[in-house]
Amino acid sequence: MESYSNKVMEHFKNPRNVGDMEKPDGIGHVGNPVCGDIMELYIKVKDNIITDAKFKTFGCGAAIATSSMVTEIVKGKTLEEALKVTNQSVVDALDGLPKVKLHCSVLAEQALKRAVDDYLKKTTGKGLGLPEEDAGHQCMHELPEELK
Amino acid sequence: MKRIYLDYAATTPVHTEVFRAMEPYFTKYFGNASTIYYYGRESKKAIEEAREAFARLLGADQSEVIFTSGGTESDNHAIKGVAYANKNKGNHIITSKLEHHAVLETCHFLEKEGFKVTYLPVGADGLLNLEDLKSAITDKTILISIMAANNEIGVLQPVAEIGEIAREKKILFHTDAVQMFGSLPVDVEKMNIDLLSVSAHKIYGPKGIGGLFIRKGTKIVSYMHGGEQEKRRRAGTENVAGIVGFGKACEIAARDMEKEIKRISRLRDLFISDLLKKIPEVKLNGSLVKRLPNNVNVSVKYIEGESMILNLDMEGICASSGSACTSGSLEPSHVLRALGLSHELSHGSVRFTLGKYTTKEDMDAVLLKFSEIVDRLRKLSPLYKSEKKGECNCDGTCGG
Repeated sequence: MESYSNKVMEHFKNPRNVGDMEKPDGIGHVGNPVCGDIMELYIKVKDNIITDAKFKTFGCGAAIATSSMVTEIVKGKTLEEALKVTNQSVVDALDGLPKVKLHCSVLAEQALKRAVDDYLKKTTGKGLGLPEEDAGHQCMHELPEELK
Repeated sequence: MKRIYLDYAATTPVHTEVFRAMEPYFTKYFGNASTIYYYGRESKKAIEEAREAFARLLGADQSEVIFTSGGTESDNHAIKGVAYANKNKGNHIITSKLEHHAVLETCHFLEKEGFKVTYLPVGADGLLNLEDLKSAITDKTILISIMAANNEIGVLQPVAEIGEIAREKKILFHTDAVQMFGSLPVDVEKMNIDLLSVSAHKIYGPKGIGGLFIRKGTKIVSYMHGGEQEKRRRAGTENVAGIVGFGKACEIAARDMEKEIKRISRLRDLFISDLLKKIPEVKLNGSLVKRLPNNVNVSVKYIEGESMILNLDMEGICASSGSACTSGSLEPSHVLRALGLSHELSHGSVRFTLGKYTTKEDMDAVLLKFSEIVDRLRKLSPLYKSEKKGECNCDGTCGG
């Protein structure tokens, strides 16, 4: 396997924003034990701005580093800006990921989208219209075309 | 940083005595063993001495062993060689779900060539059921290939009993003994073994050299075609230095085996019992009793293997995992899945394999660091929280 960048290792060693959040405004839960990655992302929202973000992750080094990085990226962003955060921006911020680990960055993007979706549902009753998560199997075995 | 190496099942450092024995065969005695002058004779003599040491450690005759490039080649040679040479008798091969990829992938290849392969299941302890084996045998069965000791969980299969069944049914029996050879006694006569694969780098020898035992009279097709080397079974100029190193490693293994079995299994037993006491919700994978002296394989609930391995590495400790993330694939270890472990527990496995240079102090230090790492990672894990509250809703796949 390709090795991790220093940035990935740094976030893996000292992950930012770890832990539970008191009364989060939105929760994004993605992944499944089958594939070995589960991410939970919690956000606080005030006046349309994400004021705080925290996470808990079951997974490999890349899963932990991408979770940590996405919480860093998203703090201070408006909801609209947050929804524009892509897996590629997480990968870039980490100075790249080994190819086999790219699915972790997709998971980070999805966790963020689901957290925003959860917040919108709670506050406006209308979410982003994301597909239901299939609890049985959510592995990213098939990478999006652009990641292949 | 002091490094603690606990991945002896992956490979071992070359023993200094082995290295010293090899050195002259790179520069001073460089001759091609197929030549008749002085340099060739020196090489030939060294190869035959090594062959004797190798055969002795198996209880075989030296005419029954050949040198190969390692365990993978030996497995390929044994299985394909027997399959092709005996296809007029039948096309059925029996193996297990626990085998090394060198055996499994060879069998998959043969399936594409028209052979039928039965992959026997194993119990939760990793042991094969002999009744399953007996009932899998048909009149088309030409080969049984079952590994002696598993590389991931160290489980020892009842090789002698399998050999007896195979002999009775006049079926050839191959065993991948890469992990067992040199660390436990092997006797091809008592165990009714017809073919046996080994590798030098698992027993403090160099990489790139291994061996295959082929019982006299066994019908087998050659693997490498070319010159006259290895009685035409494996053509190609011999890796003389490698063979010398392998021979020396065999000698040392024979000399030290008894005391090393005692010393290492004591360290292992202590470590396992301390680990299970100190860290809650840890499970030992594979039988505790039918196990290689040096193997510890545990699954740690709620956390993933690669993150444990990376953390251990940051503390100078080298170990491995059956997690998908350490293999470059997305599937966790086929061995752990064959034991019936959930995906989560398979992803959460760590293997520590002890060796010649492992001390009690090392194991104490590892225990301490490992329990800190587990604590740290569990605090990061969403599974830990939800299961603690009894809210696991992952359809049972998390093993909760």
